[in-house]
Amino acid sequence: MVDTLVIPILKILIVLNATLVAVTYMVLLERKVIAWAQSRLGPMRVGPYGILQPVADAVKLMIKEDITPTRADKWVFTAAPIISMVPALIVYAVIPFGPEVNLFGRRVTLFITDVNVGLLYIVSVASVGVYGIILAGYASNSKFPLLASLRASAQLISYEVAVTLTLVSVILMAGSLSMVSIVRAQESSHLWYAFVQPLAFGIFVIGSLAETNRAPFDMPEAEQELTGGFHTEYSGMRFALFFLAEYANMIVVSSVATTLFLGGWLRPFPSVAMLSVLDVVPSWTWFLIKSFLFLYFFIWIRATLPIANLVVTGIVKVVLL
Amino acid sequence: MGEAIAFYFIAACILGFAVLVISTKDTVHSVLFLVLDFLFVAALYVLLGAAFLAAIQILVYAGGIVVLYLFVVMLVNLKRPPEAHSDPHRQTRLGFGMAAAVIVELGAVALYSTGKPVVPLASAATAAIPVSGNTEQVGWLLYTSYLIPFEIASMLLLVAMIGAIVLAKREL
Amino acid sequence: MITSTHYMFLSAALFMIGVIGVMVRRNIIIIFMSIELILNAVNINLVAFSAQLQNGIGQVFAIFVIAVAAAEAAVGLGIILAFYRNKETVNIDEMNLMRW
Repeated sequence: MVDTLVIPILKILIVLNATLVAVTYMVLLERKVIAWAQSRLGPMRVGPYGILQPVADAVKLMIKEDITPTRADKWVFTAAPIISMVPALIVYAVIPFGPEVNLFGRRVTLFITDVNVGLLYIVSVASVGVYGIILAGYASNSKFPLLASLRASAQLISYEVAVTLTLVSVILMAGSLSMVSIVRAQESSHLWYAFVQPLAFGIFVIGSLAETNRAPFDMPEAEQELTGGFHTEYSGMRFALFFLAEYANMIVVSSVATTLFLGGWLRPFPSVAMLSVLDVVPSWTWFLIKSFLFLYFFIWIRATLPIANLVVTGIVKVVLL
Repeated sequence: MGEAIAFYFIAACILGFAVLVISTKDTVHSVLFLVLDFLFVAALYVLLGAAFLAAIQILVYAGGIVVLYLFVVMLVNLKRPPEAHSDPHRQTRLGFGMAAAVIVELGAVALYSTGKPVVPLASAATAAIPVSGNTEQVGWLLYTSYLIPFEIASMLLLVAMIGAIVLAKREL
Repeated sequence: MITSTHYMFLSAALFMIGVIGVMVRRNIIIIFMSIELILNAVNINLVAFSAQLQNGIGQVFAIFVIAVAAAEAAVGLGIILAFYRNKETVNIDEMNLMRW
């Protein structure tokens, strides 16, 4: 009873809540890091060093008026934010945060479940998330959101192919689709797959930047041309759901990258015996550290690089001149 | 017991959403019900132990094909309703007549088969598959016994891709 | 106890809904979606028999069906778009010309 029902439900609750808290603080982190990159201070007012800013934001978004445009398709308009949020959350069902640990005299696995087709599950669930964007644009019954949603979904679908093909290289190396087995395969081959498949890792990083509509691929949210993107007509809590879904997707992408390419819960250089002092650190900490570094890299890119067209033209100019 | 509940729930959802797909006026809503229908079909595959196929179903159908439909419906922004209710070409009688015939047939089969013990079919003599696990088995079959159909399917997809590009291009 | 008979009934019902859709609706996009329903009904049967016979051949065929469905959707929707560009309609009864 405890093993089959209580522990899984506890795990799901913990992972869901931790994800939501992480998502809100991700927003704060992004604002802070970009501010530091531009030698500003960022949010400082709410709490010490602005640490309670996410709470203030959440309260603000919740008490704002929730507007539905008159000509909007009401059901679809309401469903779209939910459709984009849910896939980003249920992906965590198969992400392994660590191996088995002893907790209060019980063997507890640090993942919710380990299905045989874990990686395919992640890819397919992520591919459902595109509906949120398309439907938001359609249901708003407004020109700019529609154009933005077509842009965003076209970008999502086209980069999804590249990202999925890089996953094939990992599957071939590990010989399994299960996320836990992929980490174990990296353990037994003594190498993170980022070192074995650097090209695939690079393509995955670039592709996932594009899939999360992040700078330098944020054409779908170009504020100058499209007045803000597919969620222009949304306000209040429904807008907040889109906003959170975007950051939740970033966290998903970084956890997937950590698991597939950066060795999941393994410590750095898992084969070097000299570094076995590092084993005192619990394995899930390594997972969190790696994911955090990946997220930081995303923000860093956004603070540093202009939009992709400019980057490409810049590279072309540098190469040609 | 749990399996039966799951089956009846999923089956009811599949049939209900399928009816909504063909009866809804708004085409976009129809496409959405189609997605839900496919998701429940994927759930049915999981129930049957075909996890790999379930993932493929969601990835290809829900994530690929139906997005295509949605794009087309949004591009084909209808200024006038595409069909009148009193369209003389609606084959309503024929359609429901065929449905009724099949229902009668199903009822006959059900009547005939009630009370008879279910005879398990002798498993078709398959070459021993040296792997275990759903994904591995399907992969093994695809790359050994069904290699040529697999390659032909990939050719078909290539031809379809080229054909779609040619059709959708305004000027060649 | 759920046997493959149950799955066959479900599959037949889904197939019939697809057929009714093809017969009754005149919007060609809906007709295409009904055809997808029919293909799914076939797939349910294949997978149910695959589970009953304890081998994966039915699932392999279901994968082929999905591949064919993808090809069909791509080409079919391309035709619909090309047609709509010329005649501004998706009513199948107005598609009565082989060329113009």
